Amino acid sequence: MIKIVKRDQPSRAIFFFTPVLAIFLTLVAGGLIFFILGFKPFEALKFFFIVPIADKYGFSELLLKATPLCLIAIGLSFCFKSNNWNIGAEGQLTFGAIVSGGVALLFYEQEGFYILPIVILAGAIGGMLYASIPAILKTYFNTNEILVSLMLVYVSKLILDYLVVGPWSNPEGFNFPETRQFSDSAKLPLLFEGLRIHAGIFLALSAVVISWFVFYKTYLGFQMKVSGFSLKTAKYAGYKGKKMIILVFLISGACAGLAGVGEITGPIGQLHREISPDYGFTAIIVAFLGRLHPVGIIFASLVVAITYLGAETAQIFMQIPKYTGQVFQGMILFFLLASDYLLFFKIKFIGSKK
Amino acid sequence: MIIDINFIGLIIASIMASAVPLILASCGELITERSGVLNLGVEGMMIIGAISGFALMTVTGSLIIAVFGAMLAGVLISTIFAFLTQTLITNHVATGLALTIFGIGISAMIGKNFVGIPGKEFPVLFEGLKDTIPLLGPILFGHSIVFYFAFSLPFITSYFLKKTKIGLIVRAVGDSPESASNQGINVRLVRYACILYGGAMSGLAGAYLSMIYTPQWIENMTGGRGWIALALVVFSTWNPIKILIGAMIFGGLTIIQFHMQAIGVRIPVQFLTALPYIVTIIVLVVISRDSRKIRLSTPSSLGKSFHKDN
Repeated sequence: MIKIVKRDQPSRAIFFFTPVLAIFLTLVAGGLIFFILGFKPFEALKFFFIVPIADKYGFSELLLKATPLCLIAIGLSFCFKSNNWNIGAEGQLTFGAIVSGGVALLFYEQEGFYILPIVILAGAIGGMLYASIPAILKTYFNTNEILVSLMLVYVSKLILDYLVVGPWSNPEGFNFPETRQFSDSAKLPLLFEGLRIHAGIFLALSAVVISWFVFYKTYLGFQMKVSGFSLKTAKYAGYKGKKMIILVFLISGACAGLAGVGEITGPIGQLHREISPDYGFTAIIVAFLGRLHPVGIIFASLVVAITYLGAETAQIFMQIPKYTGQVFQGMILFFLLASDYLLFFKIKFIGSKK
Repeated sequence: MIIDINFIGLIIASIMASAVPLILASCGELITERSGVLNLGVEGMMIIGAISGFALMTVTGSLIIAVFGAMLAGVLISTIFAFLTQTLITNHVATGLALTIFGIGISAMIGKNFVGIPGKEFPVLFEGLKDTIPLLGPILFGHSIVFYFAFSLPFITSYFLKKTKIGLIVRAVGDSPESASNQGINVRLVRYACILYGGAMSGLAGAYLSMIYTPQWIENMTGGRGWIALALVVFSTWNPIKILIGAMIFGGLTIIQFHMQAIGVRIPVQFLTALPYIVTIIVLVVISRDSRKIRLSTPSSLGKSFHKDN
């Protein structure tokens, strides 16, 4: 007999164990899907999760993909902790990239140590501006932030498309939908010869440290936690709800904007149509998988980054469609949410006998 | 310049045609939300319906199997959502997002073998009557059965919610699951049913896109329509008849954008394409500004999990 019993208190050990369980279940289900598609499950999983990161280059690519995911997820954790559903990070990333790209283009063919900081700052501001739209509409017009932030994703991608096709397109670019290459001073330095990993990773790591400090060592972090648990309690305690909403959106927008800067001034070096393979959406999964905890998010971003690389490798070597990556991402979130059941309920085996 | 009156009729008919998927998905989601469940996976369910319908049509050659298969696919994928949110009591927003991401991935995976295959012609009704009445002829006649179903759905939905016992139960569950439960209503069962129904309608909306509206499979072909359908439910303040109005406005924006491009209006195409999304935001702001009205019309338990201790 199996009996399900409610726990008196959510289990803390299980809180950090379920993400691992979710990853394991995703692998099992993924193997099953590969089997149905007619591939050898273990071989497919090997190509998906081990081959891509087996060498130095692969590992650098992993960090390259994990960097924006981690950065955005850290920002989103501020929103999610305080019950603000910003799901438009992809738009904030794009708009941040547009603003910083525009600034970088202003400095075309100029060199100087001051250029990069300005470009980075511009990206953060761009992301904040874009995130302020759903925040302001939510606080002053009571508008649903989920729908607004999402609609703005489509708008930002169209703005980018307009700019790279039209006014910002490279005059010597044979009408390709891309801008000029940024000057070297506007690019993030590479860390190792021959690898693509760049200094943007330090942006992500500083975001981790700062967010950890804010969450666990400041009054602001405490306020956020309380508002996340219960808005009523937060109001009762006299916290300024509206200011909080705008603040968390700005933080989250800045992080997404910085992720955009990292992409265009790092591996890409110019603006074109596809600057992000939906990092902004995937980062939502990273934030949850990392349990909205800065350290958890580091690990989660590495795990989820593998799905990007794995999808590419599996496509090349086994002709497995690259969208399998998204399927895996969806499954991770499904299994994570499902295994949260164990947080609140215990499964008891009663009277089991051999 | 003399404008052919039948041409205006044709434009209105094309606006209505582009409103069909929005009406279907919104009316489905409206029932789901009325029972207190917020399913953000509409986009995912819709795209699953689109690929299932198209794939079944290509493989079996039967339009009936394809249409019902697409609805069934919507039901199946929404079962995941129902199981998670109702049985395992997960967060509605996160689960819906997972459903959308998962749905887009799965649809592209299945759809890999169906790219570039031409669709089949879908039969239309009353074709011969099209020219009998000026202006109204093209509006009323010569459409697919799904078209007629979509335009009657808001009225059926409204009747269902207001006049039938089951409709009353759905509303009771959405407005106060505790009292409904005390009255002996199985809240979980009702919500399951409403979620699956929403899945079926989203699946049908997707099938309409890939089989009738633009008969082919293109990755991501729903292009945000699922999200606009979600916005329409808010726009309608959970009143099915108003969904009709909203869907016509958005259908109109899509069609006008095509015509403006055709007659060479010098606005960048990207701005015209962005119009429906921007208008959605503006409309949401206008509707939601009156927070009292929104609070009165929103199902009270929307998005909140309900768990009965036994």
